[in-house]
Amino acid sequence: MTEYTYPILLGIIIGTLTRIYMLRTDYRQYPTYLHGKIIHIALGFIAAGLGTLAVPSIMEEDFTAVTFLTIAASQFREVRNMERNTLSEMDSSELVPRGRTYIEGIAIAFESRNYLVIFTSLLTTLAYLLSNIWGGIIVGAIAFFISKALMAGGKLTDIVDVEYVEPRFEGAGLYVDNIYIMNIGLPERKKEILSYGMGFILKPKSFDSRSTIANLGQRQAILHDVSTALGIYRDSGTPALVPLAKRDLDDGRVGVFVLPQERDEKRAIEIIGKVPILENAVRLPTKRKRKEEGR
Amino acid sequence: MDLQKFILAVITTNPKKAPVASTVFHCDSKEEMDAITTNLEAILDGIAHALSDEIYIIVKH
Repeated sequence: MTEYTYPILLGIIIGTLTRIYMLRTDYRQYPTYLHGKIIHIALGFIAAGLGTLAVPSIMEEDFTAVTFLTIAASQFREVRNMERNTLSEMDSSELVPRGRTYIEGIAIAFESRNYLVIFTSLLTTLAYLLSNIWGGIIVGAIAFFISKALMAGGKLTDIVDVEYVEPRFEGAGLYVDNIYIMNIGLPERKKEILSYGMGFILKPKSFDSRSTIANLGQRQAILHDVSTALGIYRDSGTPALVPLAKRDLDDGRVGVFVLPQERDEKRAIEIIGKVPILENAVRLPTKRKRKEEGR
Repeated sequence: MDLQKFILAVITTNPKKAPVASTVFHCDSKEEMDAITTNLEAILDGIAHALSDEIYIIVKH
C-alpha cells in the first residue's frame, strides 16, 4: 500500500463506470450480448488504468512513464479497426445493411469513448491527490457528465422535419410525394408494397442539412434504424421489397420508402427523428460563405 | 461473379418489341406474362420492372 493506492483505485473505478454507462444497449442493438460487452468493459478498465497511472508517474517525476499513453492511443486505434471489421462482416448478413458510413461512425465512437475514460480517470486521480477523496469523487462526477454530454451526437430532428406521406404508384413507378423511388412491374408486388409500404418526406431545415441528408451513408443509416426498430417486410430472394431513400434534386428533400412489419406512423417519425447525424456526413457549406463575406 | 444492373430476362406479349441477344419469354396474354414474371423474379433473385404494358424485364441490382 502506498499513498497512491486509493487515488488509483478511485480513478479506475470511476473510469470503468463511465465506460459501462456509455455502453448502453439501445435500439441500435449494438453491442448486444455478453461477449461484446466484456471486450469493451475490459478495454475500458485498461483505459481507466492508463489514465490513472499517468498522474502518480508525473508526481514521482518519472516523466518518461507518460509515453505509455502513446501506446494506449495505438491500442485504441486498434479497437476502432476491430469494430469496423466486425461490423463490416456482420453487415453482409443484415436484411437492411448499416452501410459503411454508419459503421465508421460507430467505430469512431468506440475509440473516442476510451479516450473519454482516460481523461475521466486522469482528472479523478489528480483531484484526489491534490485534495482528498471527496474532491476526487466530485471531479469524477463532473467528468462523467461531461463525457455523457460529449458522447451524445446530433439527431436528425435537429436538421429536418419529418412528414408521413402515403406511397403511390404512377404506372409502374413508385412515388413518395413527388419523389420517384423505383419501378415495380408486377401487380402482385405493387399490392404488397401499397399495403406494407410507408413513405416519409424529410424536409431539410437549412442549406447545410441538405448536403448532410443527401449523403448516401446517412440515408442508409435512416433505413437501417427504421428497419431494426419497426421490423421489415422482406426476405432474401425478394429484392423488389427493398427500403430506399431518394432525393428531390430541386429542393434537397429526401423521400424515404420503408416496409416495416409494424405500421405505426407516429413511432416511425419518432425513430427517424432519433437517427444519429453521422459525423462523416456533416457538411457545412454555409460556413465557407460566411467566412468569405466576413473578409 | 456478381452481376450488377444486368437484364436477366425479358418477358413480353409483343415479340417485335423484345431486344435481341437477351433471354426472351414470349407470352400470349398479360396474365401469362404476370405469372411467368412472378416465377422468374423469385428464381433469378432480380426485380421485375415494367417498361410498358407489353414488356417486363428482370434486372439484377
